[in-house]
Amino acid sequence: MNDDLYQELILDHGRHPRKTGVIPDATYVEKGFNPLCGDEITLYLEVKDEVITKVRFEGEGCAISQASSSLMAERIEGMPVNEALALFNQVHEMLMGVNEHQLGKLSALSGVKRYPVRVKCATLAWHTLDAALKGSGPVSTEGDDV
Amino acid sequence: MQNYQQHFPIFRANPGLVFLDSAASAQKLQVAIDAEKSFYENHYANVHRGIYHLSEVATNKYEAARQTVAQFFGISEQELIFVRGATEGINLVASAYLEHNLSANDEILISVMEHHANIVPWFRLCERTGAKLKVVNIDEQGALDMAHFQELLNPRTKMVALTHVSNVLGTVNPVKEIVEYAHAVGAKVLIDGAQAAAHMPVNIAEIGADFYTASSHKMYGPTGVGFLYVKQEMLQEMQPYQGGGNMIATVAFDRITYLKGPMRFEAGTPNIAGAIGFAAAIEFLDKIGMAHLAQFEDQLMRRCQSQMSEIDGLQIFGHCPDKAAIISFAMDGIHPHDVATILDREQVAVRAGHHCAMPLIKHFGVSSLTRVSFGLSNQESDIDALIAALQTARRLFS
Repeated sequence: MNDDLYQELILDHGRHPRKTGVIPDATYVEKGFNPLCGDEITLYLEVKDEVITKVRFEGEGCAISQASSSLMAERIEGMPVNEALALFNQVHEMLMGVNEHQLGKLSALSGVKRYPVRVKCATLAWHTLDAALKGSGPVSTEGDDV
Repeated sequence: MQNYQQHFPIFRANPGLVFLDSAASAQKLQVAIDAEKSFYENHYANVHRGIYHLSEVATNKYEAARQTVAQFFGISEQELIFVRGATEGINLVASAYLEHNLSANDEILISVMEHHANIVPWFRLCERTGAKLKVVNIDEQGALDMAHFQELLNPRTKMVALTHVSNVLGTVNPVKEIVEYAHAVGAKVLIDGAQAAAHMPVNIAEIGADFYTASSHKMYGPTGVGFLYVKQEMLQEMQPYQGGGNMIATVAFDRITYLKGPMRFEAGTPNIAGAIGFAAAIEFLDKIGMAHLAQFEDQLMRRCQSQMSEIDGLQIFGHCPDKAAIISFAMDGIHPHDVATILDREQVAVRAGHHCAMPLIKHFGVSSLTRVSFGLSNQESDIDALIAALQTARRLFS
């Protein structure tokens, strides 16, 4: 089935998310929450010398949010912090449909831009990453009820 | 089976739409839309103010709407306050009645299956007064645990606030029995009729509740209007709710006197056209007959439930024998939001999420559910479209 949203890669990562778990002595731990859906993520990052050396996450949610978290975790492990922040901007632009970016596997998420109510499912993990690295506190897609 | 779709213009504008979300807000009857439009085009003026003819006509139409709604629910128009909807009805009772009748040792009794609208106002009132919020459990079928209800009920209970029909489980609560038990300990009773009023015959006087509230928008009428029933003797015990025009008798800077009756609680220019549209929807429902509508919806729901139960890994929540046409469910390995998106792509509109009942959803140990609800605007083929779309979802995620 040729599906713009539920591509095989998304379904696979949704079913079997990679890099799940916790890092007990993580450099950064951040929570993200989407009160409308109930999607939740806790992101653990180990950062050494401005490089993200290890990524783990725990959470629950729809296939889109799980796949987005999983693809993100896989991609940013081993990436310098400043590159991860730049990637956040690119992914965000892609998901919002503002700009096209060639982002390899992550491009599988781009179908979400045609489903406005589902965009937040895909962006949650990325906003949580951004907040973790900038130390801006827990993320909620709605209001302040984190 | 009968088909009432021709009375709903939305289906002409959206051919192929399968609308299974009446429990959130129902589609609008042509007669309700026409009544509002005609009032604006031909009779519009403010009510209870003008000396001129047009204002008198508008006032008569607004008051006739009050009478139509009151009669439909078996109450007097002197006991019916027009509000924005059931949410405002509950907030009004919390602040105009209970707030000055509640102290720190008192208790408010609600249940696990309440909508946030019947939790938040009481929670906030408890925060302000120090009173305690007590919560009645439900059993595995989704019925109210009546033994637990009786256990929690005591002379400190000042208010029992329960839903007539659960917006998630469809459970129809034994409200008459609940009122009798509550009154026996001196508690007042508010019934949230937001779901019930649209699905079945409701005679408020027979139920005997002190307060009953419902919304027009779930009854195929306009948004932004609903009613609150307040038993005659309770009206005298209530403080004004909002202050403004329309609710006062005299105003001086050293003394204000208020109107008596429902208008005391209708400060400002009310939703006149909304009330008139609401009454038109109610006249239509009255012609069809609520008992007939309940049976019509029940047939659709039973057929749908039996077909849904054949889908692999689909679990339905809420099996109360007395159940309105609401089916909440979960599918193994597919998140409700993915279910809803896949259904939406087949033009099948359902609700997915916490259904404004987070404590109930948590009670079942899930984070969200998908919900299908039936109403007057549904037809048998809607079930076929739903089942086909659910099978598509099952295949995609297998």
